Amino acid sequence: MKVYLDNAATTPVAREVLEAMLPYLSEKFGNASSLHAWGREAREAMEKAREIIAKKLNVSPNEVIFTSGGTESNNFALKGIAFANKEKGKHIVTQKTEHACVLQTCKWLESIGFEVTYLDVDEYGMVSPEDVANAIRKDTILVSVMHANNEIGTVQPIEEIAKICKEHGVYFHTDACQSFTKLELDAERIGADLITVSSHKIYGPKGVGALIVREGVRITPFMHGGGHEFGKRSGTENVAGIVGFGKAVEIANKRHVEHTKRMRDLLEKRILEEIQNVKLNGHPEERVCHIANFSFVGIEGEALLFRLDARGIACSTGSACSSHKLEPSHVLRAIGLSPEHAHGSLRFSTGRQNTEEEINYAVDVLKEEVEALRRISAIA
Amino acid sequence: MYTEEVMKHFMHPKNVGIIKDADGIGEVGNVVCGDMMWIYIKVGENENGEKIIKDIKFKTFGCVAAIATSSKITELAKGKTLEEALKISKEDVAKSLGGLPPIKMHCSLLATDALKEAIYDYLKKNDLPIPEELQKEHERIEKEKKFAEEKYGKFIEKQKEMIKKGNA
Repeated sequence: MKVYLDNAATTPVAREVLEAMLPYLSEKFGNASSLHAWGREAREAMEKAREIIAKKLNVSPNEVIFTSGGTESNNFALKGIAFANKEKGKHIVTQKTEHACVLQTCKWLESIGFEVTYLDVDEYGMVSPEDVANAIRKDTILVSVMHANNEIGTVQPIEEIAKICKEHGVYFHTDACQSFTKLELDAERIGADLITVSSHKIYGPKGVGALIVREGVRITPFMHGGGHEFGKRSGTENVAGIVGFGKAVEIANKRHVEHTKRMRDLLEKRILEEIQNVKLNGHPEERVCHIANFSFVGIEGEALLFRLDARGIACSTGSACSSHKLEPSHVLRAIGLSPEHAHGSLRFSTGRQNTEEEINYAVDVLKEEVEALRRISAIA
Repeated sequence: MYTEEVMKHFMHPKNVGIIKDADGIGEVGNVVCGDMMWIYIKVGENENGEKIIKDIKFKTFGCVAAIATSSKITELAKGKTLEEALKISKEDVAKSLGGLPPIKMHCSLLATDALKEAIYDYLKKNDLPIPEELQKEHERIEKEKKFAEEKYGKFIEKQKEMIKKGNA
């Protein structure tokens, strides 16, 4: 049996999504900016997708800016706000468990004269709204805190943080790649100024995402050119991708979330009950429905990943040996994991296509492989 | 990323285990780096009266490459004379595995270090002469261990606890 438990990395393209996209990769190939019938046809499909996504987030369609994905959206948000508001201030507040594209963009902004405060998190990966409030200065122009963490699943208190930002007159951006359609995300109610969303995390195609830019937010485009996306993001639109993205959002529903959560909870329960010396990483309750990150003491993450891979099971690890820098993931370090826990970490992330049979098989195999590696290990 | 030979030694490693009355034990690495190897040897004599590695076992906490290189080196060293065993280089290990990703070459170094330490331990315990080269290698390994101990003191303590429990 092959079991895919790496849905936080990417998801399969849903059948309905693929069907919706195909015409725009074949006969409906027009450039959405062309004035003729081919163009109008593409434009119509694109705007339909935009409306679906806008509705899901409770924003206006003209606040949905399509991009090439989560990384571009995050770059756009951080750099766009930085450059547009640098006369007001050059200070940004973020936190240590953000995705690499946020942290690396911040590092780059620091290199050109911006200041960034990287807030600490607690042992569950949670940011404290009080810390955010204390970090905000007169020259702060942006706070960026992700909604749900991609490695350990912890959900941040973004509503509280957004409120604090509003009180201080600072823009609030949240990277919602792992939470969009899984957690309630009403941009109006939460009060976020900028939201990053991604298609391939929610059964849509890769290479497309969006940045929600609320009306009135001062932002410099990341991509200059023909003035597409209301002048905010130039470049011929990835019509097929956008149509697919829209379809993916349209078909996402509560039952999917419930199912994904049920599968994750089953996996989690069995692992914690049936395997010794295991630790769950991330917040026990405030965690997004599909992610479960464990540390298996006495064995190393990459080794466990490959043994599972050899038996048809896919997951991912934050261990040092699996990274290019031979350092454990920055998220695991930020939550203060000891070396023996950080090295033995494995992330499982469930999806719509997982069945109970698959989960049970995966856990049975996991038990065998953990035992096999512990027999080989010097410290188990 | 890994060759077939590496995967073979990773999925079905040879000579896993400990030797209770080992003639020499070599321990390298630390839990902070995420690689730890223990090599146990039993020393015998061949028909020419030379000392050989009669039996060899290993235990490794580490990644795919760490486990594969430990397994491979026990395969290469078993039955060899001590002199031949000391000549096994990290390149020999890597080559015998069909190559390793550059970032994983340090694992093959760890394996040769563990073997050298086991042989050093045997010679020292039995008051036998220690080749100059081996003495130098031992001192380098000791220095690295000390550096890690100073830098990661309390983690090393915890690790020693875990090993005691594991070998009980």
